[in-house]
Amino acid sequence: MDAIKILIADDNQIDRMVLSRIVRNQGYEVAEVANGLEAIDAVGSFKPDIILMDVMMPEMNGKEATRHIKANSGEDFIPIIFLTSLTDAQSLADCLGSGGDDFLSKPYNPTILQAKITSFSRMRNMHQTLQRQRDMIASNNEHLLHEQQVAKAVFDNVAHAGCLSAPNIRYMLSPLSVFNGDVLLAAKKPAGGMHILLGDFTGHGLPAAIGAMPLAEIFYGMTAKGFAIREILREINLKLKGILPVGFFCCAVMVDLNTERKNASVWMGGVPDCYLLRAASGKVETLSSSHLPLGVLKNEQFSDDLQEFQLEAEDRLFLWSDGILEARNPDGEMFGEQRLRTLFESASAADGVFDDIQQQLAAFIAGSEADDDTTLIEVRMVEDSVRDDMDMQMDSGPISGPIDWHMSYELGPDTLKNFNPLPLMIHIMMEVPGLRAMGGQLYTVMAELFSNSFEHGVLGLDSGLKASADGFLQYYKDREKRLAQLTEGYIKIEMQHHGDGRSGELTMTIEDSGEGFDYSQIRSQKNPYSGRGIPLISEVCESLNYRGKGNIVEAVIRWPSNCTS
Amino acid sequence: MTVQASLAGNGRELTIKIDGRFDFSAHQEFRDAYEGVPAQVSSYTVDMGGTSYLDSSALGMLLLLRDHAGGDSADVKIVNCNQDVRKILTISNFEQLFKIQ
Repeated sequence: MDAIKILIADDNQIDRMVLSRIVRNQGYEVAEVANGLEAIDAVGSFKPDIILMDVMMPEMNGKEATRHIKANSGEDFIPIIFLTSLTDAQSLADCLGSGGDDFLSKPYNPTILQAKITSFSRMRNMHQTLQRQRDMIASNNEHLLHEQQVAKAVFDNVAHAGCLSAPNIRYMLSPLSVFNGDVLLAAKKPAGGMHILLGDFTGHGLPAAIGAMPLAEIFYGMTAKGFAIREILREINLKLKGILPVGFFCCAVMVDLNTERKNASVWMGGVPDCYLLRAASGKVETLSSSHLPLGVLKNEQFSDDLQEFQLEAEDRLFLWSDGILEARNPDGEMFGEQRLRTLFESASAADGVFDDIQQQLAAFIAGSEADDDTTLIEVRMVEDSVRDDMDMQMDSGPISGPIDWHMSYELGPDTLKNFNPLPLMIHIMMEVPGLRAMGGQLYTVMAELFSNSFEHGVLGLDSGLKASADGFLQYYKDREKRLAQLTEGYIKIEMQHHGDGRSGELTMTIEDSGEGFDYSQIRSQKNPYSGRGIPLISEVCESLNYRGKGNIVEAVIRWPSNCTS
Repeated sequence: MTVQASLAGNGRELTIKIDGRFDFSAHQEFRDAYEGVPAQVSSYTVDMGGTSYLDSSALGMLLLLRDHAGGDSADVKIVNCNQDVRKILTISNFEQLFKIQ
């Protein structure tokens, strides 16, 4: 380390020389000046560590010079010790009042002088260390914030993407920290309708955001491939359980909105009660969490049981994380369930509820720091819009790819219990380029026919049950029960395709082990196949025929399709 | 917030008592309460009689305790919860993992 530099300011040459000699003998580097003005200049050129300053000097006295030096040195700490022959208390106090740090009475005692220099040089070092560390922290923090901002941009693209801008969705995300522990995802299903997921990771910031990445990827990837809500939840749970340390998890609610069947399947784990607002009656129904959060249980113990709700157009689901309930006003009081409930019950119009929540919440927490992430989403049931975003982009000229093929796939009872063959089947169909543009419709056809064969055929459920709300619930209860007890039965899927590269024809046959039904009679009715989701299918298909005892159905689909134009 | 641990039943039962807000600030103390205990401790009780509030990181800490106590075979009881605390545990369906009394 360099020698400590001492600046001595004294107009008395003899005094100055005496002092200078003592200090130099103690091993310090010394500079001498004769008045306050010179002292100010020397601070700039000599850069002293400590200044010994006489009080009375011509040109500018010591106190005045001290005020200037202290004001100019900003955050730097340059200790100034006054040299004085004054001894009365007020004069000594005045020295410190002008910004001096200590005083030393003449005549000088070398031992005391040495001790004071050592002591102040220690203080100056401490001050410098503190400054250095503070600057380092500040620069690290700036660096971290910058990194987080970049990461946040990536995170936002992943975690708040999808079809959140769909006309039937309204949402609010509060930017509590740079990263939000909440995840809000929405994606259209290939067959129409959508999946929505609202998740709240333990904690905030980076750890919460990291878990959101795989969650979003699985959600979007599997939804696009046609996987069902249960399979997606299982996969997410498996993944989060695998990657998150014990004690970190994701409270979540996931909704499968089926715009065609007008129902919603809801899975809730660890989130507060959510509300279903009925458009016709204005009544509010409560949805409660019945599962542990995602990422807590091993997949063998994980339950994917869903709550089923039949919805009318304009019915609205409101989902939120605990941030809304726990939002605090400046007095530390929480917004709470009661306020939220009252807000719903006193709302004059269904379409104003979302705005009401936003406004009341903002008014409630005004002036206080939000202490959790407040995320809110409203999902409105709409008329089916399966075909609104079909884009028919076909190259002219012949298309390569599989043209003439046939496949047969038979599923036994154990497979039917816990395996969904649709993604695989769709995948095979999508290998034919001409069918790709019809992906959504093909999925609908396949899904409807398969679930008819499975639920009415293999499980023997009566579709008439679904006509009433009670029956609807009964239907899903029965489905669950019979599925658990399933020991025999099968479904056989056959697909055959032929064509010339410009057009083609796909024949899909699904056969089940069930009793079948009297299709000749149903066909003669005014509204044929009601309750079986069939009208929509016949629109897509070139032909749709039942065979055998009604346990075999054959659908023929031609491309290029003429109903998508 | 304070965390107190005490042994009973011939050193086989550990009781951890949490007073005040149970949140992330209790993290270290809560871990210290069970990590240093003798190996013969086989049953754990978390006494929330004095707990006014718990947040999701507290739920995480309870899961850590459960893991420490043997995971699925753990014997962990949560007792004396007030209504608010109970509600948070219920929303998270923690009764599936802990004996809540």
